[in-house]
Amino acid sequence: MSQTRTIMIECLRYDPEQDQAPHYRTYEVPFTDEMSVLEGLQYIKDHLDGSLTFRWSCRMAICGSCGCMVNHQPILSCQSFLRDYYPARIRVEPLEHFPIVKDLVIDQSDFLGKLESVTPYLVPAQPLTPEDGPNLQTPRQIEDYLGYAQCINCLLCYAACPQYGLNHEFTGPAALALLARYNADSRDAGQKTRMAVVNAEEGVWGCTLVGLCSEVCPKHVDPARAINRNKINSTQDYFLRFLMPFGRGS
Amino acid sequence: MRTRSHEPIVWSLFGAGGVFAALLGTMLVLIIGILVPMGLGFGPEAMHYDSLRGLFGHPLPALGLAVVISLFLFHGAHRIYHTLHDLGIPASKKMMLACYGSAAAGSGVALLLAGMLVVF
Repeated sequence: MSQTRTIMIECLRYDPEQDQAPHYRTYEVPFTDEMSVLEGLQYIKDHLDGSLTFRWSCRMAICGSCGCMVNHQPILSCQSFLRDYYPARIRVEPLEHFPIVKDLVIDQSDFLGKLESVTPYLVPAQPLTPEDGPNLQTPRQIEDYLGYAQCINCLLCYAACPQYGLNHEFTGPAALALLARYNADSRDAGQKTRMAVVNAEEGVWGCTLVGLCSEVCPKHVDPARAINRNKINSTQDYFLRFLMPFGRGS
Repeated sequence: MRTRSHEPIVWSLFGAGGVFAALLGTMLVLIIGILVPMGLGFGPEAMHYDSLRGLFGHPLPALGLAVVISLFLFHGAHRIYHTLHDLGIPASKKMMLACYGSAAAGSGVALLLAGMLVVF
């Protein structure tokens, strides 16, 4: 058992039903080397202030629930350790660019709508039945999309994206990366339905390749790459529709 | 209903300009800025007016020069337009006109001068 030290955790608190504006409250939290920021928040909830509200579930960077801003950086609180911030105090805030439901809990509705808009599921060329058997893929075909398929919808990329901050119409990194994921899947034939999202001003063209989305992604999805590869597809689609007006375009 | 963005037009000019800036730009800086002044690999006559004037008196090199200058300008204009947006200055029609308009005007001047090099 490692030595116990004490760190100051400054938390944003906001209850829209009670408070005029968000404010900060500081807690003294004893911690050991193996304690994550999430465990620090759980300590506060269990021992200091039961009203502190935050989302969490798996505690191992799989569920994507515990994203928050720590010292203004979007991180998964289960994946960051208090020992790395000590002796400085840490400031914990809800993910940027989203409305606050309460304390560290944000309203994800905007993202969920955008996720739905990219048709985030396989669209088969022909309807399949169980009699058709398994839909086989080679390891190479899996490799084409596997990186993008790692997304856990934690929304750190939306909190990092300055374009989403400036303009909430922008479809955003995770949704556009998932769009690329399904387009890259050999079992999918839904590219054409997704092209309207890609081609729009608020689609890939809302991105100016700041690239912070890819830096903060805890699963190394690289949304910036996905988006900017789709700029090439969108450009081809833009010009080719003049050459093949009946076969393409959207 | 989503409307299709027309950005592919300027983005392709931006992309082409970026490729030229990375490949040709660095090479030109190396040759004109370092190798020729230091007399490395090039004789003193390489940058003489007569030899350069002779080269760009031919239509193809003259056109190539104008196209490269134009793409550099569009690359810069696109970057400035989006950087201003990143800095919180909202993208407007006026700003778009100022950025891409000056690149288009500069391209026109480059083409005109290239034409004059060939004709006169």
